[in-house]
Amino acid sequence: MKSKSPLGTVLGLGGHSGTHHWWMQKVTSIALAFLGPWFVVRLLTLPNYHYDTLHAALARPTNAVLTALFLITVAHHSAAGISVVIEDYVPSKAKKLAALLVTQFLHWVLAAYAVLSVLKVALGSAS
Amino acid sequence: MADFTLPANSRYNEVPGREFPAAAGAGRIKKFKIYRFDPDSGQKPRVDRYEVDTDRCGPMVLDALIKIKSELDPTLTFRRSCREGICGSCAMNIDGKNTLACTKSITEVKGDVNIFPLPHMPVVKDLVPDLTNFYAQYAAVQPWLQTRTPAPPDSERLQSKEDQEKIDRPSACILCACCSTSCPSYWWNPERYLGPAALMAAYRWIIDSRDEATGERLDFIEDSFRLYRCHTIMNCVEACPKDLAPGKAIAEIKKLLVSRTV
Repeated sequence: MKSKSPLGTVLGLGGHSGTHHWWMQKVTSIALAFLGPWFVVRLLTLPNYHYDTLHAALARPTNAVLTALFLITVAHHSAAGISVVIEDYVPSKAKKLAALLVTQFLHWVLAAYAVLSVLKVALGSAS
Repeated sequence: MADFTLPANSRYNEVPGREFPAAAGAGRIKKFKIYRFDPDSGQKPRVDRYEVDTDRCGPMVLDALIKIKSELDPTLTFRRSCREGICGSCAMNIDGKNTLACTKSITEVKGDVNIFPLPHMPVVKDLVPDLTNFYAQYAAVQPWLQTRTPAPPDSERLQSKEDQEKIDRPSACILCACCSTSCPSYWWNPERYLGPAALMAAYRWIIDSRDEATGERLDFIEDSFRLYRCHTIMNCVEACPKDLAPGKAIAEIKKLLVSRTV
């Protein structure tokens, strides 16, 4: 038998957070609504897809900045969204915690590699 | 949180239900398939089938349930009181949708009438769900006027007509639980997520011009589970038998919380 009263249980569950997470999901959605189409259009309007063409395009400051922003925003939005899905659908506490940590780790490691690659091209240390 | 393996006694199709045919000479017959479960009996749930003579029955599903209980099977258990959509007692899942049996017309249902208790709640018996947690969540949002300024000595706390109109609709909630129990997010997190009904009750006091606990109320609700498990699925809006759009109230709370920070 549960010793805590139903009201006690409800009052005991909760902390003061969530608005920032929710707000950032909205902000990144709006950012992606612009950055996503820009990225696709930019790719489609390239004359060809040879290594040199792509390299030269990415080396341009505007393209490099917007591509890096696009990658960071995708990582943020995806990490936030997948975390919510895990919180909702993974019943075991241990598995949930592990899944949340792995999700964050993978997103930010991949984002860091991606941004570093853009920087290397933009700053000229990659050929 | 979601658990996709059903708990014990959740499958209702493993035990054959009983048949209650209509009496000879009955007029237009409608078949009611009703979920039956008595935890004390130790038996699994089943679906019983009742044939009701709708020519000798009132127009609503509740009329048919009362007729079944009075004439065919006195063991059928359900809650009902006002029979006019204001007490919320007879909320149940009829024809796949949460609604009030007293305001749901029998003729609205094409084919047989399937009746189940409100989804994803512990069942006390037959169509009676255990709403303990639901009521605790309502109590947790402190649904009463809270002030620090003393009331005027010679009058009530007044509010403008416009301010009153803001709380008009959220005040009309009858706590039938149709909305909360229709919400998948509430199914997955029934204790941590407050659910649409409790959140709309909170909203009703947050926007009340006379209330002075707005900040504390928003503080209490601001939580990734209590509030932000609302993923705008909008089943609550679809289910509400009073057309109160709890989902809109939740969206307004989110906007108020963001406006506190940006």
